[in-house]
Amino acid sequence: MFSKTECVAMLLAGGQGSRLGVLTKKVAKPAVPFGGKYRIIDFPLSNCINSGIDTVGVLTQYQPLELNDYVGSGQPWDLDRSHGGVHILPPYQHIGGAAWYKGTANAIYQNMNFIERYSPEYVLVLSGDHIYKMDYSKMLDAHKATGADATIAVLEVPMEEASRFGIMNTRADGSVYEFEEKPKNPKSNKASMGIYIFTWEKLRYYLMEDEADPASSNDFGKNIIPAMLADGQKLSAYPFDGYWKDVGTIDSLWEANMDLLNPKIPLDLSDSRWRIYSRNPALPPQYIATGAKVQNSLVSEGCYIGGSVDFSVVFPDVVIEEGATVADSILMPGCRVKAGAVVEYAIVAEAAVISEGARVGERPEQSEHLEDWGVCVIGPGAVIHKAQTVGPNQMVDGEESL
Amino acid sequence: MKGNNVLGVAFANAGDGLLTELTKMRAMASVPVGGRYRMVDFTLSNMVHAGMSRVGMITKSNYRSLMDHVGNGKSWDLARKNGGLSLLPPYSHSEGGVYTGRIDALFDVIDFIASGEEEYVLLCDCDVVSSIDIERVFDFHTEKKADITIVCKQMAIPAGQDSMTMETDGDARILDVKIGEEMEREALVGLDMIVISKALLIQLLKDASSHNHTNFSREIIQKNADRLHIYAYETAEFAVYVDSMQSYYRLNMSLLDRSVRSRLFIRERPVFTKIRDNMPTRYGLGSRVSNSLIADGCVIEGEVENCVLFRDVKVAKGARLKNCILMQATQVGENAQLNYVITDKNVVLGNSRIMTGFETYPVFVQKGAEI
Repeated sequence: MFSKTECVAMLLAGGQGSRLGVLTKKVAKPAVPFGGKYRIIDFPLSNCINSGIDTVGVLTQYQPLELNDYVGSGQPWDLDRSHGGVHILPPYQHIGGAAWYKGTANAIYQNMNFIERYSPEYVLVLSGDHIYKMDYSKMLDAHKATGADATIAVLEVPMEEASRFGIMNTRADGSVYEFEEKPKNPKSNKASMGIYIFTWEKLRYYLMEDEADPASSNDFGKNIIPAMLADGQKLSAYPFDGYWKDVGTIDSLWEANMDLLNPKIPLDLSDSRWRIYSRNPALPPQYIATGAKVQNSLVSEGCYIGGSVDFSVVFPDVVIEEGATVADSILMPGCRVKAGAVVEYAIVAEAAVISEGARVGERPEQSEHLEDWGVCVIGPGAVIHKAQTVGPNQMVDGEESL
Repeated sequence: MKGNNVLGVAFANAGDGLLTELTKMRAMASVPVGGRYRMVDFTLSNMVHAGMSRVGMITKSNYRSLMDHVGNGKSWDLARKNGGLSLLPPYSHSEGGVYTGRIDALFDVIDFIASGEEEYVLLCDCDVVSSIDIERVFDFHTEKKADITIVCKQMAIPAGQDSMTMETDGDARILDVKIGEEMEREALVGLDMIVISKALLIQLLKDASSHNHTNFSREIIQKNADRLHIYAYETAEFAVYVDSMQSYYRLNMSLLDRSVRSRLFIRERPVFTKIRDNMPTRYGLGSRVSNSLIADGCVIEGEVENCVLFRDVKVAKGARLKNCILMQATQVGENAQLNYVITDKNVVLGNSRIMTGFETYPVFVQKGAEI
């Protein structure tokens, strides 16, 4: 048994992220590369350590191999601790059987023993698919100050978009009287960010109640929060006004990467007081060749840039050969864009190859069918052959031959 | 002979005196080089790629930045329960003062050398930037049944330092060693990378110390050339001495050549360095960059040509840089113009400043200067 830890974080990282298609065929969504050198999970893990939370359970289920490998001992995030630190928590077998995580709440329920080892007063529940920088310690302070049983971080979204989110309807003091999942006629624009702080004693009770109910879908938003509201528990909304983005779709993943190129977007990754940590490859600095043109872009270590790059995010170890053109695109680690190839409005996944003269994606203003236009996705390891064309909104699977 | 049977001993301060501008505040081992590295990164990476797991680093002065850089050795996988990296700073003798020569320095740490199970020692300086497969050196040492093996390279004799030039027979055995030869010619030059059995090293050190000898090259290598089996392992791999501001400048600039980079940065033997968690480099709207090596964390809004930029360098709008080496966190103001300039860390160049050096004499701006 360990000594007491005030707050344990539980990071839900088991989702498939099926809307990301080929990008999550082999990896869980939190392991998807983001922002030129990071993976999505770097954001919640870095937020934890920067907020002084050093005990983190990472709940994995879907394609955990790469994610387990990436998180490893937790050393890049300073989470390799003798007491606490980061722990990968996959579903396991126990007396009475074995079960997959049935839902977000059930995943926590199945790991109550892990939480109890630290006898925490509070449990922070996080998602592994959001890009944001947030000081959880301030949210914890608010949770203590209001004396709430649960505190839910909320973001004010434009009213016309509110019906896409889980909406918290609050009183003047910030306490929540109603939760509506994707309401047709929203009463408020306070969207749940999927970040919860619970007083552990209360959460434990509701997890057990929820587990005993065979009709429950064992989900925080659908079951736990409504059950606590129905019982008159005190739920409080914690307003957050920074940058936050759910990167669960191809479009939102593309947009969030592009946001990093926009100086007006308040997501500063160079802030030395709130670093986003990641596992760094051992590569030499990037080389920009004579005749190359690089503007409005992020470029990472080990890259060779011979061609033209504009409004793009380029991950480590990417080669863009002389005469190649890359614009408004995301090039993930180790991909190759060969001479004369053109890549526009595309996400090119790890180790994909765009051969000489190929064309990938299309600018929306050039599209003849704007209603069908979308970002083009080239899957991990896919090879686009010489002079081949991949149109907008297409998704190429590296494992299926073209 | 496997790497885990070899103890590494590196000399952090070797060559300090030849690069005074850059070693004023730091040891040779922690001189920044190649955009994101320190000299010691190449030494340590070579060692760990050969399977070595215990390394002592002898240092005598200005070692604070070195301590900060190497930390517990984690970046090189040398944070080990058994062995790993040990920094060996001097301690005052009863006679007072720190060591004066290499024999002295090694004699000082003879207990460190004697401890541990390794049968061999690899002695190494940190003033050579190299990527050398040391496992092959070990194989050579075994195959030749050598007493001592010195890694050598055919090159112009470095000026101004006591480098060893070798004369060998057809079997690579060293017949004669010349030290500090001031000749403008190509020769087989020792890279101060020496394999020797622990037992022999300790015996030679004790003997030399009892004779009050201090010079390792003269009194241990040169003097024993006819008595011991000393072999030259000639490498064709990348190895360049940093022994003057000119050679420092040339080395950095040579990395702009793709074929040079491919010999130094070998995929199977990556060069490890301390991680700083910088964001990727951001190129702004007006940036024009060509033929340049650029580390992470930079923000470039001006023009950069034939340059090596270290991490966190900021180049403001309208600034024009040519043929420059800018170390970590240098800031170049708007419309500044620099040609053949080397800046140390944290230099701030104000708006519209103009500085020009020459290829053979780059201007050097010291750490933290504000211009």
